Amino acid sequence: MSTHEAHGTYTPTTGIGKWIDARMPLPRMMYDSFVAYPVPRNLNYAYTFGGILSLMLVSQIITGVVLAMHYVASTGMAFTSVESIMRDVNHGWLLRYMHSNGASFFFVAVYLHMFRGMYYGSYKAPRELLWILGCIIYLLMMATGFMGYVLPWGQMSFWGATVITGFFTAFPLVGEWVQQLLLGGYAVGDPTLNRFFSLHYLLPFMIAGVVVLHVWALHVTGQTNPTGIEVKSKTDTVAFTPYATIKDAFAMMVFFAVFAYFIFYLPNFLGHPDNYIEADPLVTPAHIVPEWYFLPFYAMLRAITFNVGPIDSKLGGVLVMFGSIALLFVMPWLDTSKVRSAVYRPWYKLFFWIFVADAIFLGWLGSKPAEGLYTSLAQIATLYYFAFFLIILPVLGLIETPRRLPNSITEAVLARSKKSGAQQVGSGAAASPEVRG
Amino acid sequence: MSEETITADETTRRDFIYVASGMLGVVGVAGLAWPFIDQMRPDAAVRAAGQPVDIDVSSIEPGAAIIVTWRGKPYFVRRLTETEIEAVTALPVDGLKDPAEAGPRIGGPADEATKDWVVVAANCTHLGCIPKVVDNGADGWHCPCHGSVFDFTGRILHGPAPINLPQPPHVFANDTTLTIGTDTV
Amino acid sequence: MKHIIATIGAAALAMTLVLPGANAQEEAAGAAQEGTVHYPLKHPVEQEWSFAGPFGKYDKAQLQRGLKVYTEVCAACHSLNRVAFRDLADLGYSEEQVKAFAANYEVQDGPNADGEMFTRAGLPTDYFPSPYENPEQAKVANGGAVPPDFSLIAKARGVERGFPRFVFDVFTQYAEGGPDYIYSLLTGYGEEPPANVTVPEGTHYNPHFAAGVSLAMAQPLYGEDVTYDDGTPATIEQEAHDVAAFQMWAAEPHLTERKEMGFRVMVFLVLFSVFLYLAKKQVWSRIEH
Repeated sequence: MSTHEAHGTYTPTTGIGKWIDARMPLPRMMYDSFVAYPVPRNLNYAYTFGGILSLMLVSQIITGVVLAMHYVASTGMAFTSVESIMRDVNHGWLLRYMHSNGASFFFVAVYLHMFRGMYYGSYKAPRELLWILGCIIYLLMMATGFMGYVLPWGQMSFWGATVITGFFTAFPLVGEWVQQLLLGGYAVGDPTLNRFFSLHYLLPFMIAGVVVLHVWALHVTGQTNPTGIEVKSKTDTVAFTPYATIKDAFAMMVFFAVFAYFIFYLPNFLGHPDNYIEADPLVTPAHIVPEWYFLPFYAMLRAITFNVGPIDSKLGGVLVMFGSIALLFVMPWLDTSKVRSAVYRPWYKLFFWIFVADAIFLGWLGSKPAEGLYTSLAQIATLYYFAFFLIILPVLGLIETPRRLPNSITEAVLARSKKSGAQQVGSGAAASPEVRG
Repeated sequence: MSEETITADETTRRDFIYVASGMLGVVGVAGLAWPFIDQMRPDAAVRAAGQPVDIDVSSIEPGAAIIVTWRGKPYFVRRLTETEIEAVTALPVDGLKDPAEAGPRIGGPADEATKDWVVVAANCTHLGCIPKVVDNGADGWHCPCHGSVFDFTGRILHGPAPINLPQPPHVFANDTTLTIGTDTV
Repeated sequence: MKHIIATIGAAALAMTLVLPGANAQEEAAGAAQEGTVHYPLKHPVEQEWSFAGPFGKYDKAQLQRGLKVYTEVCAACHSLNRVAFRDLADLGYSEEQVKAFAANYEVQDGPNADGEMFTRAGLPTDYFPSPYENPEQAKVANGGAVPPDFSLIAKARGVERGFPRFVFDVFTQYAEGGPDYIYSLLTGYGEEPPANVTVPEGTHYNPHFAAGVSLAMAQPLYGEDVTYDDGTPATIEQEAHDVAAFQMWAAEPHLTERKEMGFRVMVFLVLFSVFLYLAKKQVWSRIEH
């Protein structure tokens, strides 16, 4: 476990505990990973999304397994079986709304988790593999989310599947062949629905597998922290349990409260009304949009309206879309700065927040019809997205003057608490949890 | 503050917070678990389909039987011949594995003088196969799976089945209509 | 953390300022260009609904009135395939009333012992029968447009709210876009189309229609189309309101249950969060962080 000193060691006291420890030290592994594991003492609430995400994955798997008990994967029965879940199955409406909104909140958490990683430079050496494993999880989530959206067999399901598998026709020579391979036919139909159901059931377990690797890699390098300085001594860290556990638990409940608000009061807010119309291969909805979490990529796909040399606009759009995700994988090598955390990088901080705004703006553009001004704005936003990775990250690291770094996490914490302590005396108010967190 | 300065009051307050949080957690998990268990119960459509069913039995002659389904399970509806009635009433009740009088198991429409109808579950009480009438076995239903034999009122005669074939709630709504699933018209 | 929030706030503020501007520009550009008119021409009129908000619940008397409008007016063309007669118990009808209601319908069943299909009186387990044998017949009978099924229409319709309104909707819990749309459409007939709008032959102008200037359905409600059993005056607004509520119930029968459970769950989660926060504070009280 590198240089990080654990807070305590596992010592089985009971006979059975010793017996198990000698044969398969699973309790020891759990103790080392989730009790004694040292976490930086200065982690803020932005670092709680990892725990939230693992709980969301469990929630999605459990609700999904249960829904699969009632779902029928056939074009004739899919929509009806989902409606029977909504109407007749005991608490079926709750389980389905948990699952459909759960997908959205899974993505909410993953985006916050990724933005946190980008802000605090969590992707930099020695955590490149940790970051790449995360990118793989994200990719698998996108595939799972897309295929899950097809299953209810509404209009958006059908036309979303048609459009997205249509991406592959953009590739010359093999495109059509690949598309038919995916669909199992010339158009989206029964074979497509069946394989999507099978894969939608499989992929979450693959995600769970990669999550194990992700957590493993994390426990080798240790967590980053808002200062971006590596842990140097035991005083820089606290034990995972109870410190991180209780903080994660609190953050989870707050997150779940927001999640529950949507499940019970706005269950269809994040969905599209057209998906309550059964799929009709002869009628395209007036305005096809993917789920909100794909909208930024959808906007970039549509922003390419011009041919570039031998690459036509369709292939160009698809390449831009795939490229925008591929860039995440190589991000550790695009950033040339020696300083990890945006806290000490004034210019990076600025460009980072512009990037966040750009991504949200792209998402909004993705929900608008692709015409007129929207297309031009999408092109500008796409340009910034790529420039952020390909120009700003490499160049900024070379020219930016970072702020002075503290010597250690402990020093940073003490300096800040001294400051907030002074404020406390001055104003007479208690320090807010954000400041202290 | 250090460990030593914690007063008894603070300890109580701290313990209360921890215990209350833990209990709320248990309540939350239990509450969350319920929908996942409840969804396995028969759904509203299945329950509605489990309402009593009306069966037209006008075409059944003595000695003939039909199999009908109620709540997805099969039931024999059989009219006994006079000789069959004599045979089942002649059986000594004490010698049976699950002693029961034949008479109460035989019924019919309220205003008919002769009662010769038997309505019993068609799943063997051993492991659920459907017993049959065998050509040379006039004594009743024979289960093909493990050899249990029931008389024509569904009483177990011999074999591994432990109890008689149960009778569903049923009533003759009129001379030709049998209602299974309720015993009141 | 504080400055992160501050920056998010600033970014959000910037978006609020930029986006509506972009919207307006786009609309101006759209008006200038031919063929980029966005429908509906008029946004739905927001109505008061008993089932709106965190404590919303269906008004059973209203649903019964809505059922009457549906069966006596709409059912001539529109099916309600996913609703069973047994579901009508939700509207406050007794088991006997549901049985009697179902028996008014003829349902095809079979095959019988002779291998033939037959019709019988409806049972509570049956679903509302369609007015047409198949979609093709429906199409021919209605001038080429299939009247949509009503089981889910209240959730399958909704006019895009646009930025920033959809952000406010999260806090106001606005989820009645479907019923608002239905109400607006039903009461939106009878206006003279503006001079620059051409209404295709055989269709009917309605500025609230979401997919064009006009639709195949002629004005269905005029007021006094039904006589309500509870003596409520059957104005067109009343009828449209009632039938839209009925359609919302048909689309989301567990809404009342959902919101009731939601309140209990929210109270629990907030309470649990408070306790966990106190526990967290307790645990961290001796650590500078």
